[in-house]
Amino acid sequence: MNARVMLAAAALLAAGCAQLGLRGTGDLGVIVERGAGRLQVVDTTRQARTGTVAGLGDLSHASVVYSRDGRYAYVFGRDGGLTKVDLLRMRIDRRIVQSGNSIGGAISQDGRLIAAANYEPGGVRVFDSDTLELLADIPATWGDGSQRAKVVGLEDAAGSRFAFSLFEAGEIWVADLSVPRAPKIQKFANVGRQPYDALITPDGRYYIAGLFGEDGLAMLDLWHPERGVRRVLDGYGRGEQPLPVYKMPHLEGWAMAGSLAFLPAIGRHEVLVVDTATWREAGRIPVAGQPVFVMAQPDGRQVWVNFAFPDAEKVQVIDAERRKVVQTLTPGRAVLHMEFTPRGEAVWISARDDDRVVVYDTASFERRAVLAADKPSGIFFSSRAHRIGF
Amino acid sequence: MWAGLALACAAGAAGAEPVAPAREAELIGMVRQDCGSCHGLTLKGGLGPPLVAPALKDKRMELLKHVILWGRPGTPMPPWRSFLTEAEAEWIAVRLLKGFPDER
Repeated sequence: MNARVMLAAAALLAAGCAQLGLRGTGDLGVIVERGAGRLQVVDTTRQARTGTVAGLGDLSHASVVYSRDGRYAYVFGRDGGLTKVDLLRMRIDRRIVQSGNSIGGAISQDGRLIAAANYEPGGVRVFDSDTLELLADIPATWGDGSQRAKVVGLEDAAGSRFAFSLFEAGEIWVADLSVPRAPKIQKFANVGRQPYDALITPDGRYYIAGLFGEDGLAMLDLWHPERGVRRVLDGYGRGEQPLPVYKMPHLEGWAMAGSLAFLPAIGRHEVLVVDTATWREAGRIPVAGQPVFVMAQPDGRQVWVNFAFPDAEKVQVIDAERRKVVQTLTPGRAVLHMEFTPRGEAVWISARDDDRVVVYDTASFERRAVLAADKPSGIFFSSRAHRIGF
Repeated sequence: MWAGLALACAAGAAGAEPVAPAREAELIGMVRQDCGSCHGLTLKGGLGPPLVAPALKDKRMELLKHVILWGRPGTPMPPWRSFLTEAEAEWIAVRLLKGFPDER
């Protein structure tokens, strides 16, 4: 019996124990196996798989939010599937197909509402997080009212509110679901062309949408929505010929160190540094390709970056203080996502085309573990349950 | 996979330049995975429009090939000509119109 077989046997044994005994979920998470429509449930303490949950449909752009007790993962599938997965029993608790084509979702501050952002039909649907019963349907109508826009960048705001952007319409909407069956919607028009994704700052104050159709970001102060949406980093690359974009960047993971934020530049081999006191550009860091995720370690000391095709085999690490790339790693072909353990001593990185997830020590950059996974994409740990904007 | 390859071979014979079988597998992976990041793994659409055969029934092969190679300015569709030959773009366009083969 070789070491790998023994490890697998130990993992199976441990999985059996986990199902029988009491345990918390704070060190659990899921890896999306994108082609197989399956999740792996993983344990970040043992750095091993504890089980799998299958039957989740098309997970080609799946994302996950967590119940506030960290027990249930809500999985938003590309095909409109919304599946509530029990991490302890490692099985599907409830599942619905809520639209034809979905991009992701969010959970409300109080954990009672799940909102899904849909491309087809364009809009947002809100569900009871316990039963997945439909509570509200918000069509993203625009123009003369006959068209519906694709909804992107759906984020949880304080007080049962959700903020989201309308791709074709160039609008930001804030829906207040204090009375879930009677949502009140505040609309902000002309925020900029083609918002493609958005983030909410870790304190929940600012909602910021990236614009594909022009250089700049649209920012809404959720403490003062009456002040309207303003542009930040307007024209940060004007006059330069942008490169073609082979994969849309993601804004989730808002990397902050002190008062500086780090963002993916669109169509450029750069990470933008922004001073959040003034919301002005404070610098640019040259990197190995077009950034997709720019994510801060939980301590904010380092920022990890992965890249679009054709540079997707690399991951670079930026020292936030020195604003320089200090490490280049090659975890495997087609790196799609990175996820930090709750306090950031390790990062898990998915390499789709090598069918593996690699765990690195964030201080030494040494590999700690390699897990086999079938075309892995997103990795989502239960610590997201307690973060705004995750 | 074999059905897909057989289809590929039959269509390849009709095209100007053949695409090597090993490269065909790469192209299938590229369309499913990399095009799939906007158009969906099943090609039923995402931020980009659907690329399943019924959605393309009014499109000509030459148009698809042109869009693949040159992109669509003003939209997020990028040009792929740095990574694909004309024959490869044509190979993809022909298969999209017929219903694109699965991986493996």
